[in-house]
Amino acid sequence: MSQEVNLHGQSEVITTHEVHHDEHHGHHHKETFITKYIFSQDHKMIAKQFLVTGIIWAIIGGLFSVLFRLQLGYPNESFPFLETILGKWAAGGKIQPEFYYALITMHGTVLVFFVLTAGLSGTFSNFLIPLQVGARDMASPFMNMLSYWFFFAASVLMVSSLFVQTGPASGGWTSYPPLSALGDASEGSKIGMDLWLISMALFVVNSLLGSLNYISTILNMRTKGMSMTRVPLTIWALFFTAVLGVLSFPVLLSGFILLLFDRHAGTSFYLSDIFLASTQKALPNEGGSAILYQHLFWFLGHPEVYIIILPTMGLVSDVMSANARKPIFGYMAMVASMFAICVLAFLVWAHHMFVTGLNPFLGSVFVLLTLLIAVPSAIKVFNWLTTLWRGNLRFTPGMLFAIGFVSMFISGGLTGIFLGNSTLDIHLHDTYFVIAHFHIVMGVSAFFGMFAGLYHWFPKMFGRYMNNTLAYIHFWITLVGAYLIFWPMHYQGFAGVPRRYLDFSGWASFNQFEGLNRFISIVTIVVFAIQLLFVFNFFYSMFKGRRVTTQNPWQATTLEWTTPINPGHGNWEGEIPEVHRWAYDYGKDGRDFIPQTEPVSKTESPEGAH
Amino acid sequence: MSTNIAMEQRKRIHPSKFTLWVAIGSMIMMFAGLTSAYVVKRSMPSWTTFEMPHIFWYSTAVMVISSLTMFMALRAFKQRERVKYRSLLTLTAILGVAFIIMQVIGFSQIWATGITFAGSGAGQFLYIIAGLHGIHVLGGVIALIIMFFKAFSTRMRNYNAVPVEVMSTYWHFVDFLWLYLLVFFMLMQ
Repeated sequence: MSQEVNLHGQSEVITTHEVHHDEHHGHHHKETFITKYIFSQDHKMIAKQFLVTGIIWAIIGGLFSVLFRLQLGYPNESFPFLETILGKWAAGGKIQPEFYYALITMHGTVLVFFVLTAGLSGTFSNFLIPLQVGARDMASPFMNMLSYWFFFAASVLMVSSLFVQTGPASGGWTSYPPLSALGDASEGSKIGMDLWLISMALFVVNSLLGSLNYISTILNMRTKGMSMTRVPLTIWALFFTAVLGVLSFPVLLSGFILLLFDRHAGTSFYLSDIFLASTQKALPNEGGSAILYQHLFWFLGHPEVYIIILPTMGLVSDVMSANARKPIFGYMAMVASMFAICVLAFLVWAHHMFVTGLNPFLGSVFVLLTLLIAVPSAIKVFNWLTTLWRGNLRFTPGMLFAIGFVSMFISGGLTGIFLGNSTLDIHLHDTYFVIAHFHIVMGVSAFFGMFAGLYHWFPKMFGRYMNNTLAYIHFWITLVGAYLIFWPMHYQGFAGVPRRYLDFSGWASFNQFEGLNRFISIVTIVVFAIQLLFVFNFFYSMFKGRRVTTQNPWQATTLEWTTPINPGHGNWEGEIPEVHRWAYDYGKDGRDFIPQTEPVSKTESPEGAH
Repeated sequence: MSTNIAMEQRKRIHPSKFTLWVAIGSMIMMFAGLTSAYVVKRSMPSWTTFEMPHIFWYSTAVMVISSLTMFMALRAFKQRERVKYRSLLTLTAILGVAFIIMQVIGFSQIWATGITFAGSGAGQFLYIIAGLHGIHVLGGVIALIIMFFKAFSTRMRNYNAVPVEVMSTYWHFVDFLWLYLLVFFMLMQ
């Protein structure tokens, strides 16, 4: 016992001067430019670092799609300016086939991993978790900083792969062997592929360091009264996302390690004695299985799509509830359905492999499990619609994007039911139908959710508002544009148009779509230009936007709006507030909203009643 | 400073310990991925197996003993027996290095019997799986060395048991991981 007392006495002594330091958190203490903006350990600054890096990547990844849409829309024209910019990759003003593959590969890699995983989770997990659960910072701010710098290193490597002589990886974002395992197979399988693999390995480390932190912060550092059934749905969503990441990314890393050994150490994990046309030789390898890679890849690859969409589901729920001035409909059903999605995410990966040689009996099991995902997804959609139902809707830009998200998620989700059937997949696999499906349900939806979050939390991030007029233009053109781009692709897919082809003009079955392709390409360019308008709005508003003058501009209930308008490191001046109720007391007992920090009064109707 | 922000409001289980447990879950997934790939690959044509060298029995014993010394080191730390703690910590680090050396010897013996990266078979998995485990042990040894220098530092006396507990949990984990891998390799032969 005396030892115990001694222990506490001692540790007090050790930390005294640091505790003293803490008291000054609300005020300015000595921070150099480097500790504040570069090697920052403040979760809010790290979130902004992820956000800005993500925006840069989104512009790069989007630009890639514009380039290959130029080729698809105008296969017979040449654009001399492309040769000026890209040199030999666009010799004669036409995108070269090798470069076309590189473009689609990098477009997928960049948007799936660097924008919609790191840019999305990295931004909102870092920014919102401590603010919404009532913590001063993450469980380990240092690991959090490392997480960003691993992402940065991965980004640098990936960018550098764009500038090597043989070009970046070009075997598709999934990097299936044997193409990705054999340097002789294509230009993009040479050094570009190595850089891709190493960059992705660093990316996995970034994701793991981040996710570990998110999980332990959510489970261990909630403020007094903040039980797990009182946290906003954003927190639940970010929690499940982190769990998915922690369990699935290591398996992807194993797959990549084996691939690196196949490339450089002569092992035969994925390679067998195949004959290579470019060298006119058979490989010395034996017994390898390319399907093994697909299993390892899709064991991450499928949870990955939920890693992308779950955070936005959380963001949308909170933005929607606050702007409908109504509690979210079916809070526990929302949590349960996210949990169900999280479990099912690990049980459906083989639906990406229906036509790659998977046993058809095994396929039927995966069909059933895949179609089961429709149940929790439908529950969530129902709950969003019922949250909107008879709400007192405020059409802020955040709310519009939240509603747009639901629209996109329904449209894209319905086509998932087609693709989940292994028999239909025989016809639909690798066609534009798949492209349309996953772009709408995962790509565009996730972007809409992210925009909803950005417009909604921008005032908290930078203490200023974004310009509403530009935001409304951004919303409407993006919504209409996204449907105009991807809706026609369903028809192309039904007709059997395969993805990843450079030129359909000489292919009699599919050159009837020439006009449609041109139309899609024009819309793509317009939508891309509008995203640049968003980027302009973002950076302009950061410095010149209308200042936020009240602590709680959206009249929201959650904890982040109880912090000062420009919170310092440590978030709250003085004590962290205690929480007395759930996050969705809107329109209760005739009051517009009741913050989570307000104690429950005796006359109040019971929790959950409205 | 920032770690203290975290300490200030800690509750339930300490965040660092909890983070380690989640990280362990993540590492388990990585090895589960690799060993299940091993199982799948075993049914492929031209699979060859290998002979387990005797030195692995000794290296396993060393690893188990090091786990024991780590356990005793933690107990000594909690009982404020600093001299005992330091020597047990040193012993654990030495045993860790010894384990890695014995592993390298063992795998060179297997390599010498003609089981290399070439061809198809258990060999290729063996080196990669055991190599990744070795890297995890090496990480643990580096952490032990850092703790060793901290234990001898005269400038600051630290009575916070959390780092030692985290170290100990991690060390037991790499120990169990090796036991699992050993049993797995033997069953799969």
